[in-house]
Amino acid sequence: MATQQSRSAARLMMAPAVVLLLGWMLVPLTMTLYFSFKKYLPLRGGDLGWVGFENYARFLTSSAFWPSVQTTLVIVGGVLAITVVLGIFLAILLNQPMWGQGMVRILVIAPFFVMPTVSALVWKNMFMDPNYGLLAHLWKLFGATPVEWLSQASLPSIIMIVSWQWLPFATLILLTAIQSLDSEQLEAAEMDGAPAHKRFAYITLPHLGRAITVVILIQTIFLLSIFAEIFVTTGGAFGTKTLSYLIFQRVLESQNVGLGSAGGVYAIILANIVAYFLVRIVGKNLDA
Amino acid sequence: MGRITLDKVSKSFGDVEVIPPLDLTIEDGEFTVFVGPSGCGKSTLLRLIAGLEDITSGQIRIDSEDATNVPPAKRGLAMVFQSYALYPHMSVRKNIAFPMKMAGIDQAEQDKRIDAAAKALNLTDYLDRRPGQLSGGQRQRVAIGRAIVREPAAFLFDEPLSNLDAALRVGMRLEISELHERLKTTMIYVTHDQVEAMTMADKIVVLQAGVIEQVGSPLELYERPCNKFVAGFIGSPKMNFIEGKEAANLGATTIGIRPEHISISTTEGQWKGTVGVAEHLGSDTFLYIHADVSPNETMTVRVDGEFSARHGDTVYLTPRAERIHKFGADGLRIE
Repeated sequence: MATQQSRSAARLMMAPAVVLLLGWMLVPLTMTLYFSFKKYLPLRGGDLGWVGFENYARFLTSSAFWPSVQTTLVIVGGVLAITVVLGIFLAILLNQPMWGQGMVRILVIAPFFVMPTVSALVWKNMFMDPNYGLLAHLWKLFGATPVEWLSQASLPSIIMIVSWQWLPFATLILLTAIQSLDSEQLEAAEMDGAPAHKRFAYITLPHLGRAITVVILIQTIFLLSIFAEIFVTTGGAFGTKTLSYLIFQRVLESQNVGLGSAGGVYAIILANIVAYFLVRIVGKNLDA
Repeated sequence: MGRITLDKVSKSFGDVEVIPPLDLTIEDGEFTVFVGPSGCGKSTLLRLIAGLEDITSGQIRIDSEDATNVPPAKRGLAMVFQSYALYPHMSVRKNIAFPMKMAGIDQAEQDKRIDAAAKALNLTDYLDRRPGQLSGGQRQRVAIGRAIVREPAAFLFDEPLSNLDAALRVGMRLEISELHERLKTTMIYVTHDQVEAMTMADKIVVLQAGVIEQVGSPLELYERPCNKFVAGFIGSPKMNFIEGKEAANLGATTIGIRPEHISISTTEGQWKGTVGVAEHLGSDTFLYIHADVSPNETMTVRVDGEFSARHGDTVYLTPRAERIHKFGADGLRIE
C-alpha cells in the first residue's frame, strides 16, 4: 500500500463496509439518545413530548438501578475469573500429547456452538431442577436436600451456566497461545533449575499474557449485555437483574421507551468505564 | 570439576534406535566437540547428557557420581540452545539472574555475578533491554551469560552459532574459545560445521548414525582419519578419493589425498587432467579438475597464492606420496 494510487483505491473499496458499519452504529445510538429525552409510552398515549433529563434522573434514582449495576459486574467478574483460570488449566491439559486428542478438543469446544437460550434451558431443566434435575438426584444420593439452584443460589447458578458457555472460547484461545510457546524456553528453564510450578509462573503464564488479555476484553464485551440466560431461567428475579435486563423491563414490561433509552445510555457509560479500567490494567499486554 | 563418563549409553525412540550403546569419556576442563552430518544423533547425545531426554540403557557419570536418574537441574550443567531460548518477557538482567534466583542465591551475590558476566561479555550497556531489542550476536552472549553465572561443572552448547551470519560466527567462535581458556571449565559443543570443530576443539568426536566413528585431537583426525567417512568429513575443501587401478597399485581399494597435498604443473606430473573451474581467492586458488584417474568425480586442488589457469587448460597433478591415505574395501584405514 505504498503508492498514492493504491491508497486511494483501498479507501474506495473499504468505503461501503465503513459506511454500513457506521450507519449500523449511528442510527440506533441516535434513536436511543432521541427517545431518552422524551416521554414516550407506546400503549398509553405514545409520544408525549420532550422532558429534558427527567428520564435520566428517574432511572438513576430507581431502587433497582444500583443493584442491577452490581449484579452486572458480579456476573462479568465471576465468569471472567472462572473461564480464565479453568481455561488455562484446560489448555495446559489439552496441550499434552494423549490418545484421541482431536476428538477431545472438539468435545471441549462443543458448548460454544450451543445457543445461549438452549443451553440455559438445558441447565435449568436437566441439571438444576430441584425435583428431577441431575444435580437433585446427586444430592439425594448422598441423603441431602436438593438445592433449589435458581432461587436459593440464583447468581452463582447463572455464573455457572454462562461460564460453561464461555469456557470453550477461553480454552481455545489459550490453547493456541500455549502451542506457540517455544519448547526450548521450557527446557532452558528446566536446566536453570526451575521446577514445574515455577516454569509455569515464570515462562508459561507471561507467554499467555496477551491471549489472556484478548479473552478478557472480548468476553467482557459480550458479558456486559448478557440477557437470554437470565430471561429463560430466573426472569430477572432473585437478584439476577442486570442492567440490560432492567432496560428490557422498562421498555417492554413497563412500556416506557424513554426511561429504557436513558438506561441504555447509562449502559453505554458503564461499558466505557469498564473498558477504561480493563485497558489500563491488561491493555499493556497488547503492546509490542 | 566436570568429568563426564558415558558407559554403554543408548537411546531409542520407540523401535528406532538412534544411538546404539556407546562409551565416551570427557575429561575435566576439556573442550569437546561433537561433529557429524545432520541427523547423526549429536544433539540427542547432548540432550542425554543434559538430562532433557531419558537414556534407554547404560549409565552417565558426572565426576564419578551416577547421574543417570538425576533431573537436569541437579546435574550442575548449563546449556546454550540453538534458538538461545531467552525469556522474551524478561530484561537481559533478569534473564541472566534467573538460574541464580531459582537456586536461591542472595541478591548481593547475584548482582556481583551479573556485573562480572556482563563485563566479560560486553553486555553492560544492554542489561535493561529485552531480548527482542538485541541483535543475534548479543542474544547469543546473553545466553552464554545465563550459563556462566551458574558456575556449572560443564557447559553444553547445541549448535550455538548456526543462527548467526558468517562474519559474526567467526567472532563468536573466538569469544567462546577465549572463554574456555579463561574459565577452564569442561565444554561440550555440538556442531555440523567441521571448521568450528577443527578450530575450537581439544577433542573431536565424529558421529555418524549415532555411532562414534573416531575420537581424537583435530590434527590426529586430519592426519590419521581412521576411515573414509572421517577422512571425507574433516578438512576443507574435502579430501579427494580415487578408486581403481591407481589405488590397487598401492594395495588399497580407495586412496585419499587432500587438495592441499597435491602439486600442480602445466608441463609434467603423475596424473593428467583438464581444469573445470578455477576459484581465485587471492590467498589461495581452488581448482576443480577433471582428471583421468578419477573419471566420476572432479578433483579439488588447493594452490597457495595465485595460479593462473582457465577452464579447459590441461594440467598435471602430482600427489605427495607420504600424504596419501589408503583405505580397504571395508572403508577402514590401511597403514
